[in-house]
Amino acid sequence: MVFINLALKSLKNRALASFLTVLSIALSVTLLLSVERVKRAAEEGFTQTISQTDLIVGARSGPVQMILYTVFNMGNATHNISYHTYEELKKHPAIAWTIPYSLGDGHRGFRVVGTTLDFFDHYHFRGDSKVELAEGRAFDGIWDVVLGADVARKLNYKLGDKIVVAHGVTHGEGIQKHDDKPFTVVGILKPTGTALDQSLYTKLEGIEGMHVDWKDGAAPHGEQVVPQDHVHAEDLHVEQITAFFVGTKSRIETLRLQREINTFKEEPLLAIIPGVTLSELWHGLSYVEQVLKIISWMVVGVGLMAMLIALTTSLNERRREMAILRALGAGTQKILALLVFESTLLTLAGILAGTALAAGGARLLGPWLESEFGFYLRGSFLGPREGMYLLATLVGGVLIGLIPAFRAQKMALKDGLSVKL
Amino acid sequence: MAHLIDVKNLKFRYANAFQDTLVIPEFTVKKGERVYLFGPSGSGKTTFLEVLAGILRAEQGEVRILDQSLTGMSEQGRDHFRAEHLGYIFQSFNLIPYLSVQENIELPVHLSTRRRERLQGENLQMVVKHLCSRLGIETFLGKKVTELSVGQQQRVAVARALVGRPELILADEPTSSLDMDHRERFLHLLFELCETFGTTVLFVSHDRSIQHLFSRSVALNDINRAFHSPTTMTQGM
Repeated sequence: MVFINLALKSLKNRALASFLTVLSIALSVTLLLSVERVKRAAEEGFTQTISQTDLIVGARSGPVQMILYTVFNMGNATHNISYHTYEELKKHPAIAWTIPYSLGDGHRGFRVVGTTLDFFDHYHFRGDSKVELAEGRAFDGIWDVVLGADVARKLNYKLGDKIVVAHGVTHGEGIQKHDDKPFTVVGILKPTGTALDQSLYTKLEGIEGMHVDWKDGAAPHGEQVVPQDHVHAEDLHVEQITAFFVGTKSRIETLRLQREINTFKEEPLLAIIPGVTLSELWHGLSYVEQVLKIISWMVVGVGLMAMLIALTTSLNERRREMAILRALGAGTQKILALLVFESTLLTLAGILAGTALAAGGARLLGPWLESEFGFYLRGSFLGPREGMYLLATLVGGVLIGLIPAFRAQKMALKDGLSVKL
Repeated sequence: MAHLIDVKNLKFRYANAFQDTLVIPEFTVKKGERVYLFGPSGSGKTTFLEVLAGILRAEQGEVRILDQSLTGMSEQGRDHFRAEHLGYIFQSFNLIPYLSVQENIELPVHLSTRRRERLQGENLQMVVKHLCSRLGIETFLGKKVTELSVGQQQRVAVARALVGRPELILADEPTSSLDMDHRERFLHLLFELCETFGTTVLFVSHDRSIQHLFSRSVALNDINRAFHSPTTMTQGM
């Protein structure tokens, strides 16, 4: 069709303005898609911080508090639970596996977790990803420690380094350091993109061993100090843990087990389903996502405004062109159609370029986002939601394009064949 | 056959004007005539041409071209009629700047099936080339129109108006931007081609120095009974 050719040539003739218009639409579409993508990645990253764990059990407090201190390294438990209770519950027929967690000590701002080898076997995140060692081995002796990826990287630790654990998680130097009983780095974990990267892992007995000579929560003085080489695993009895993760034999039993633990007679306990609590927590934070979305729609609006401005400012220069087209027998409807076609073309080009840019950007920056921020851009890139967004942008572009088109039609009608410029 | 152009009791007034711009009881042009319509600036020449071209619609009287009543047609009907039967040449800026010379000339053929039919299966490119060689512009075909001189541009405009052999050419002072020598040469070329194609020419101008080249000349003020004052003559932008 001759009008397609006309529109293309006309846009080419105003190449710079057309290019900038397409660019502004493309960038806003890129932003819109990227916000959506990052939002999804963030939500997934957040709710998949821990997976395959059916219950987290700790002393009775709030579910959010519990998820924060067990999974996100934030805050502390108010109480511990007795090791005896843990051992009792562990025998429950519905339970397939457990991971005990003992918290409360730190190393230069990072948390030290006392646990067992079950941690390496059963802790899952992001579907079925497991904790893996980048180098070295898992802890074996009391004074072995395995570092999360961030800990090793930020503090520049290597295998074999001796580190001192402080009482409580404090930044910088701890107030009370267990400097008489240093740990040896035996392994470093692969990055997971979760809070796991920011902890150190020892055996439960290690935590116990550090405190072997402590009495009533106070550090020993002088002669009371037990030298490190006098502490043996056989002599250590784990008294308490902070929480434990539970995998059930079958999902159906989870709720019943949860109720059973929550009504446990001997000790006040709380069992939470981490997936539920995580998604509740995420939805509590979702206003951020709403704000992001509103901002990106505004940017799309600005992009379309740029098109409106570009098309409207070119109209005056094009009055002669319209008069010629009319003299050649093109009706004012055809002139309207021509301009709508142009704006549609610009919007489409912008959408395509923006989509390509978003896809290319994700591909290019994806690995960096993963390693630097633990952001995993997973899943299909163009889902039905993105399709809706793009369609909405296209419709918006066509509607905005109607404004200069109607103006051009009105002008063409008024000018007739005698444009006096 | 009746007259090619037959205007009776035409009255035209712009929407916001207080007075009529055109009151023309009768005006006719026979087929094959080359009519020179003279009028000073602001006498309603362009308005009259736009009425004849079907851009403006007279609310009273009748305008018949090729035995068809423009006044009875819808706006689309008139647009269609213009595309099929009329060639229009402007005073200046005849060409679409972003199309090549060739594309400019071919444009009317793409807009009208009748013009396409009149090529009778001949290759459009050959037709354009032939037309341009007669106008002495065949070497410019691939060029951008902005690279052409005003005189060359006007000849391209003639080629475009005549491609597909329309019955009538309406020309709105196409020579006013040319110097005397070029004016005569331009008109000779135009007439020569119109004779070949059997095309009728209605040419409006305020420049009487070329009047003698036409087969008939008419003063617009003689046929237009409207009282002229500046307010009715200038049309709004």
